[in-house]
Amino acid sequence: MLRSVVYLLFVLIGIAGIYFLADYNFLAAIQLTVYAGGVVVLIIFSVLLVHHIEMQLEVANRKKQLLTGLLCFAGLAVFLTTIYSHPFDVAGKTVTTTTAQIGERLLDYGPGGFILPFEVISVLLLAAMIGAIIIAKGEKKIKNKQPHKSPEPDEEVSLETEQEIQLDRILNEKSTVETE
Amino acid sequence: MDIILSIHDWFLGLLPAQITGFTKMALIALTYLTLFAVLGLYLVLLERRVAAWFQLRIGPNRVGFQGLLQTMADALKLLSKELTGTVKADKFLYNLAPYFVIVTSLMALGIFPFTQNLQAYDINIGLFFLIAISSIGVIGVLLGGWSSNNKYALIGAMRSGVQTISYELSIGLSLLTMVLITGSLQLSEIIEVQKNGWLILQGHIPAVIAFMIYMIAGTAETNRAPFDMVEAESELGAGFHTEYSGMKFAYFFLAEFINMFIIAAIAATVFFGGWLSPFGITESIPWLGVFWFLLKTFILVFLMMWFRWTFPRLRVDQLLTLEWKYLLPINLANIVIMALIVWLGLTLQL
Repeated sequence: MLRSVVYLLFVLIGIAGIYFLADYNFLAAIQLTVYAGGVVVLIIFSVLLVHHIEMQLEVANRKKQLLTGLLCFAGLAVFLTTIYSHPFDVAGKTVTTTTAQIGERLLDYGPGGFILPFEVISVLLLAAMIGAIIIAKGEKKIKNKQPHKSPEPDEEVSLETEQEIQLDRILNEKSTVETE
Repeated sequence: MDIILSIHDWFLGLLPAQITGFTKMALIALTYLTLFAVLGLYLVLLERRVAAWFQLRIGPNRVGFQGLLQTMADALKLLSKELTGTVKADKFLYNLAPYFVIVTSLMALGIFPFTQNLQAYDINIGLFFLIAISSIGVIGVLLGGWSSNNKYALIGAMRSGVQTISYELSIGLSLLTMVLITGSLQLSEIIEVQKNGWLILQGHIPAVIAFMIYMIAGTAETNRAPFDMVEAESELGAGFHTEYSGMKFAYFFLAEFINMFIIAAIAATVFFGGWLSPFGITESIPWLGVFWFLLKTFILVFLMMWFRWTFPRLRVDQLLTLEWKYLLPINLANIVIMALIVWLGLTLQL
């Protein structure tokens, strides 16, 4: 199970490599931080929590494997023939987009500016963040109401909720970066 | 650089133009690999000598002059050691994990400007690239811990994940505070801006706060004491690399020291002017930039070693409280203050 996560990671890093080749460094770095460094780490965490190394996943039978392989091969063949038969226009000059340009366009309120979507997404993310904090805090209150005999379990609970808040914050943080 | 140009000409005379590019790339890569290995070896020695000094011992001083060859001997020992592994480990991931850790730290090393002209790749998102790369390194630790099929390794890996993800935020935000002054993420331009005074002087109070937060978060990011929950010897054996031996262990070990160097090098570049000499005293001799860069970096490395042998280890909850309840709010307020200072033009220019 974790292996498939690692394969996914390789795919995401490969996509970042394509962005680097296209000289779009900012997007490539975003891809690395958000997907490779963030989403994959979260997926790994969830796998670590639910999956033990000695657990064997059910292997599909030979017939299904063959069918999947054939389908993948057919898809690859169609893709390659399309790519190689399509006449691509060669771009005359390459333009390197700098971070400053992206930032200016994002906060531009003239024609072609992205200020409105930027603000709307900011408000949405803020709402999500507050919601996450309230959900995490609400659990804490309920747990605190229960009479407890020893202080240790309570500490554990608060730690867990803290981590939850953290995870939510990290998620939000990531989506902020993503939208930016 | 004259030497590099003459090497370039020599290659052009020897080989056709297409192959020259590849050969040069290979040569640059080899240079960096050598630098990597030598740095790693001598940082280990430095750490041991510093530790001995702090504990009123002598430290390794027998192999070679003042123990200079001690880590060479250790490296040879590690090379010749048997690679043990567990039968029930996930072999593929177990073998893959050390490479993740070491490749990411090597990639980060590639973009530092050592002098004005000596820089392998001046990418226009320099600082952001460094942050992006360092966020991948943790995957190697997580994979190594999980695939070892060992409970200490797993706990170590989980702690490492929590710690790195939390403190990454502080690193990013404290560097962002400085980017407000420079207006660029490119490392060479960041240094160019500092010709009017190092950023820690230009940005005065918020810059000093950002520097302190950066050093704390950087120490945590490299999993060093007082934040070495990941490999806390007294509770977890050796943490995530409990099951590793020989060269695979050495990869983790080397990467940790190189990461420490990288954190110090980022701080030297962003806060202390990189290869710029103090007051421009050696401006006429450009190659001395290497000396200044390394001097600043090693002073900061020494600071991190000082931390390690001075502070006791934190508990997990203290670690998270420090980041989420103190460093992060201070950092956010600091960014606003810095933005105000830059907006009102209150930065100090020499």
